[in-house]
Amino acid sequence: MQRYIVKRLGSLLFSLLVASVVIFVVIEIAPGDPAAFMLGINAQPDTLAALRAELGLDAPKIQRYFAWIGGMLSGDFGTSYTYRTPVSDMVADRIAVSIPLAVFALLLSVLIAIPAGILAAAKRNKSADLAVLGATQMGVAVPNFWFAMMLVLVFAIKWRWFPAGGFPGWEDGLWPAIRALTLPAIALALPQAAILTRVMRSALLDVLGEDYMRTARAKGLSRRQTLWRHGLRNAMIPVLTIVGLQFSFLFAGTIIIEQVFYLPGLGRLIFQSISNRDLIVVESVVMLVVFGVIVINFVVDLAYAAVDPRLRDRT
Amino acid sequence: MSRPFMLGAVLSAGFILMALLSLIWTPYDHTGLNIPQKLLPPGGAHLLGTDHLGRDILSMVMVGSRTSLAVALVALAIGFSVGVPLGLAAAANKGNWLDEAIMRGNDIVFAFPLLVMAILITAVFGPSAVNAIIAFGLFNIPVFARVTRGAALPLWEREFIMAARVAGKAAPRVSLEHILPNILNVLIVQATVQFALGIQVEAALSFVGLGVQPPTPSLGRMLADAQTLVTLAPHLAIVPGVAIILIVLGLNLLGDGLRDILDPRLRRRPA
Repeated sequence: MQRYIVKRLGSLLFSLLVASVVIFVVIEIAPGDPAAFMLGINAQPDTLAALRAELGLDAPKIQRYFAWIGGMLSGDFGTSYTYRTPVSDMVADRIAVSIPLAVFALLLSVLIAIPAGILAAAKRNKSADLAVLGATQMGVAVPNFWFAMMLVLVFAIKWRWFPAGGFPGWEDGLWPAIRALTLPAIALALPQAAILTRVMRSALLDVLGEDYMRTARAKGLSRRQTLWRHGLRNAMIPVLTIVGLQFSFLFAGTIIIEQVFYLPGLGRLIFQSISNRDLIVVESVVMLVVFGVIVINFVVDLAYAAVDPRLRDRT
Repeated sequence: MSRPFMLGAVLSAGFILMALLSLIWTPYDHTGLNIPQKLLPPGGAHLLGTDHLGRDILSMVMVGSRTSLAVALVALAIGFSVGVPLGLAAAANKGNWLDEAIMRGNDIVFAFPLLVMAILITAVFGPSAVNAIIAFGLFNIPVFARVTRGAALPLWEREFIMAARVAGKAAPRVSLEHILPNILNVLIVQATVQFALGIQVEAALSFVGLGVQPPTPSLGRMLADAQTLVTLAPHLAIVPGVAIILIVLGLNLLGDGLRDILDPRLRRRPA
């Protein structure tokens, strides 16, 4: 296990290094000088040069790369060109929307998928199974942002159960904030729940075919008892892996759903920064998202290897 | 042939034919403005209604499907034509530096969520259909490389491949003449999956303004336009949304059916 962790840690660091270089280079070759953009077209050359020096834009590229990475490691994500505020402050506000939204969606996805998958596997090839399978086909095909629009149409505009958009913040209490995140979370969760249901169903079906399940039945346990005591426990391994991977999907997926609901999360921050050409914000936020995804995948891999020792020897 | 497969084939073929038909004929000019006829509900002279500028929605869906299918198809072609050779090369050189480099490279690309990659590309080069295609094409490369490598690796242990090697064929030739034909079924199934995903990706990117730009219609752009008008005229959002669902559903069912047909071993396994 130790060797496996060290090996995975090595590839984690390598991935982060390459990803950061890619992001830095891509932002570097982006057209447009942030200083010129901030000062407008009438800027004097000497003020431009002064601002470039202030922003650290005149330093050599290698030096700027290390300054950026060093800053990020110590929690300093740079200063927004447009708002002149530290990017870390902006990110902190936005993360308080995006991460709860992703967690909320993940919970919903699990709460829908696990019972549905168990039902389908237990009633294999019966009408309940076919209904679940049909629903998952639809769930995978529906674009989540379109589903979000339909949810708004029905639950926010017609029935007025939930707000159609916006976010009141966490200061006004838990309930208004959760209400504001409910429709976005449902929209995000739907396609993921469809995928997870299929994984749950096929994992359980695989387990049900195993010899130890027959042994358990032979020992006198009922079908239901074998399913709950032995079947589920073994089927959960692949399901949990997918749950872990889905979190990174959901995290990235919030970027689009935030657009539908006008939620002040990381996604809206990225889009606003792109239109303001506030590239330092784009650079740091994208790096943060990629960092999140890489680390989540790493943790999932380790958890999987801890549960299933066979995997440690592979790769 | 199963019923879902037939449904998938009919849906996919229907949309592809409709998209091709739009090259020579649409009920109305999809760019033709007709303000007095704006926001008409479905039915009557305009079968699926009109939008806020009085444009015929059926015509826009036909042309929009063509754009969406084209974006997905070109991105698929990029992923396939780069990813498959990389995967074949990795499998042929299992364990050496080439294999290692290809697989590490894949890990890196996988670390970038698709949307983040698209955002980076458009942030730098500006939003356009071409950049959306590049982003999704780049995303497709490791997908195909991985699937190809995974399917090709076990084949290299088989006798008929060894026989070809003993007969003096070099590894690239063996890959091309013996490995590739034997893994083509897996690749075709993966291609339908990525094609369906491409339709959704185009829709998502165009919806947030990073994909196809006006005046070119695409299903995602129609949804973006509909967002502010959805309360006034819900059909503006429902029609393109249903079109996306039907195309994706059709391609997914087609892929599932093809997998069963092309790989008879899977038929007996619990689904």
